[in-house]
Amino acid sequence: MTSLDKPDAAADTLTGGPRRRRSHPPGRTGSGGFRGAPLPLLLPALVGLAFLIVPLIALLVRTPWSDLPAQLTSAAVWQALRLSLLCATAATAVSLVIGVPLAWLLARVEFPGRGLVRALVTLPLVLPPVVGGVALLSALGRNGVVGKWLDAWFGITLPFTTAGVVVAEAFVAMPFLVISVEGTLRAADPRFEEAATTLGASRFTAFRRVTLPLIAPGIAAGAVLAWARALGEFGATITFAGNFPGRTQTMPLAVYLALQSDPEAAIALSLVLLAVSIAVLAGLRDRWMTAS
Amino acid sequence: MTRTVRRTRRIVQVTGVSAAALLALSACASSDDSSSAGSDSSASASGKPSGTVTVFAAASLKESFTTLGKQFEKANPGTKVTFSFGGSDSLAASITGGAPADVFAAASPKTMKIVTDAGGAAGSPATFVRNQLEIATLPGNPDKVDSLKDLTDSKLKVVLCAKEVPCGAAAQKALDAGKLKLTPVSYEQDVKAALTKVELKEADAAVVYQTDVKAAGGKVEGVNFPESADAVNDYPIAQLKDSKNAAAAKAFIELVRSAEGQKVLTSAGFLKP
Amino acid sequence: MTDLDKTDLDRTAHGTAADGATAGAAAAGEGLDARLVVERGDFRLDVSLAVAPGEVVALLGPNGAGKTTALRALAGLVPLTGGRLRLDGTDLDRTPPESRPVGVVFQDYLLFPHLTALDNVAFGPRCHGATKAEARTQAARWLDRMGLAAHAGAKPRRLSGGQAQRVAVARALATHPRLLLLDEPLAALDARTRLEVRAQLRRHLAEFEAVAVLVTHDPLDAMVLADRLVVIEDGQVVQEGTPGHIARHPRTDYIAHLIGLNLYRGQAEGHTVRLDGGPAITTTEDLTGPVFVTFPPTAVTLYRERPSGTSARNLWHCEVAGLETHGDQIRADLTGELPLAAGLTTVAAAELGLHPGAEVWAAVKAAQTHAYPA
Repeated sequence: MTSLDKPDAAADTLTGGPRRRRSHPPGRTGSGGFRGAPLPLLLPALVGLAFLIVPLIALLVRTPWSDLPAQLTSAAVWQALRLSLLCATAATAVSLVIGVPLAWLLARVEFPGRGLVRALVTLPLVLPPVVGGVALLSALGRNGVVGKWLDAWFGITLPFTTAGVVVAEAFVAMPFLVISVEGTLRAADPRFEEAATTLGASRFTAFRRVTLPLIAPGIAAGAVLAWARALGEFGATITFAGNFPGRTQTMPLAVYLALQSDPEAAIALSLVLLAVSIAVLAGLRDRWMTAS
Repeated sequence: MTRTVRRTRRIVQVTGVSAAALLALSACASSDDSSSAGSDSSASASGKPSGTVTVFAAASLKESFTTLGKQFEKANPGTKVTFSFGGSDSLAASITGGAPADVFAAASPKTMKIVTDAGGAAGSPATFVRNQLEIATLPGNPDKVDSLKDLTDSKLKVVLCAKEVPCGAAAQKALDAGKLKLTPVSYEQDVKAALTKVELKEADAAVVYQTDVKAAGGKVEGVNFPESADAVNDYPIAQLKDSKNAAAAKAFIELVRSAEGQKVLTSAGFLKP
Repeated sequence: MTDLDKTDLDRTAHGTAADGATAGAAAAGEGLDARLVVERGDFRLDVSLAVAPGEVVALLGPNGAGKTTALRALAGLVPLTGGRLRLDGTDLDRTPPESRPVGVVFQDYLLFPHLTALDNVAFGPRCHGATKAEARTQAARWLDRMGLAAHAGAKPRRLSGGQAQRVAVARALATHPRLLLLDEPLAALDARTRLEVRAQLRRHLAEFEAVAVLVTHDPLDAMVLADRLVVIEDGQVVQEGTPGHIARHPRTDYIAHLIGLNLYRGQAEGHTVRLDGGPAITTTEDLTGPVFVTFPPTAVTLYRERPSGTSARNLWHCEVAGLETHGDQIRADLTGELPLAAGLTTVAAAELGLHPGAEVWAAVKAAQTHAYPA
């Protein structure tokens, strides 16, 4: 069913849809189920679905439901969850502030080596996060290329701090935002910006008042992706920011360490993270994602 | 203990390591030694070891077990030793999860217990070495760390292993023994991660194993502390029930526990059981 | 071009012909004085434009001729590679688009989809320093003038094509530009709306006191809206003048085709014009030297047999290459001695039994030709 059909389908369900649905000729692809979907596509599709769903179901099966209330009322869980949400949100905010302009630069400004820059921007997507953490240490660590000066001039050291968690998560999550926003920008008509400049808007005003609202759905989608990625971040965080409860121990770190000694606690923690992610993504989907 | 003395001792230790390594090498080369090791194993095992033996071993054993693996292959032509090094906990989890392994060498009795409780071991595990904690400081010990108590200085950035992993549990035991309260900047997921933070100069000190300090070479400096005696870690080794190559597994364990094996292990900083 | 358009065009052409010669040259210091040179790859645009305040000039030309590039250069959206751009005595060629006193009506209007009609119009005044309230008051006035007060709160996607076009014009005018640029202002409209919007636009342009330049490929739009036409082909100006003058004296096949005339170039000796590498045409004008000759398709009479009694001295043996309906007429494209287009009624075409490949004789009376110096 194409997206064009959707409003109809929605109307169907509101106004006695099933009757109309029955009037469709049999065998027609659409609301009636999988009829008409070719088997070579349907089978791998179902396998793919199972592949993604079964591990999550297994997690539910293995959940120690009786111990769950005890696990979930522990202060440590909420501390880790609060820190996770805080850091993921802050990392998303950082990504927005510097990632959206970067996406604009990549999409709208011709400059030599743009292809190379784009490749570099997407590098954290393929880099093992632990390597990203080491790279961040080399750059922003107390003894790092940049971090040395941050420490000397401002007395700022990032490793082992909550800010360090935000930096690590933003490093890993920002490429998702940049790629998403850049794609939306490329699809958006640049002539709207031109129209704005002919009306007396500077390029920045044109971006702020015209482009930004136009690409808002893309930004929102990118921000959700980045947020979700930041929430699940483990490797770069533990490498760069370390692990200290309440300061740098986010949920994934807590899950990992719990797994060393108490697998049931790990499952309970995972369940919390899963539930929160699903709740937030579903909430945002309705509000933002459908706008695109 | 003064710094000068300690440095001298370190140099001696380092020389000792190279000497031991040389000895080990010559031991390898000597046909007498290898044949005796071979006959040892064939005598006690049901047959001459052959084929592949898979060893799951704690990360801290990486250097010495790799050496021992080569010795074993040389002494028993036709055998091949493959290793999987990692955190003892995750290794134990993989073994109980059905990973194909012949030998498990853990960094703590607690992690070994995960396997034995699951009925994964053939026979009872034996302690083959012990490891003692040491403070790793920046080269030259610029913060003049001299005792475990010095680490409680709030100006120092100290990393510990997470309490869930053996080195963290041991560190906690030592701190308890000294009635000290230490707030680190981070509880690292394993001993190598803790050490790395000092190697990269992100942390000023870490509580790790002597073997790790030794393996890091000149990138960190070790400081002994008396409380470490209360937190000595036993390393158990066991043959696994589901081993597909029992003869070779047994032979390898025997090599580890033999005089030759102990020589390699102690030169890496392990203590005899 | 529909037949309706053509009749309209002819009327306009004749109506404005009385206005006389080119109204062009801008008074010293006032209006637009530009030579737009833009080089991009193989393409080179080199167009000179002088437009007085209150004058409306249309850039007319086929697709790819460079008219839109010229417009964008005037707006500052494309940098000039050479030439000059002066508006009311001020050099603008280094001025960024947002600082030029220029308003643009884009081809598909480019109304900001996230803003209401009112906020679209208020956008310009806002950028020029008006407060939000002031800008909205001004915008409301503009919408009122355009008869759109009732649609002020509507988002662009809820406006009809004609309404959107008027919002776009209001938005461009709201900044009080000294140069108004319109890129194919009617192209996005259907035929019915177009007629109405064209008339309105003409009124607004007539009221506009500064320079207006519009770009179009539609001769009717150009002739109705503009005081003067500048015809551009391949980046060069090939002809300019009042619509009436150009309609009667086309100088290129493109214009001739647009206004529906057969056009030939040749050497005149008295009443005879010898075409370059072709037959001769007898005309009523008495000229010498290089000339153009035109006659409308409807001036052509076709015969299946060589006519014996006709007085027409312009008689050519041709072959029908193609036939197409053109309003209520049949347009026959002929090849042969003289390639030409002939217009005839459907009845006549049926009686002659015309079909592609048919041999015909084409006759044109000298009185219906028009010759003028090249």
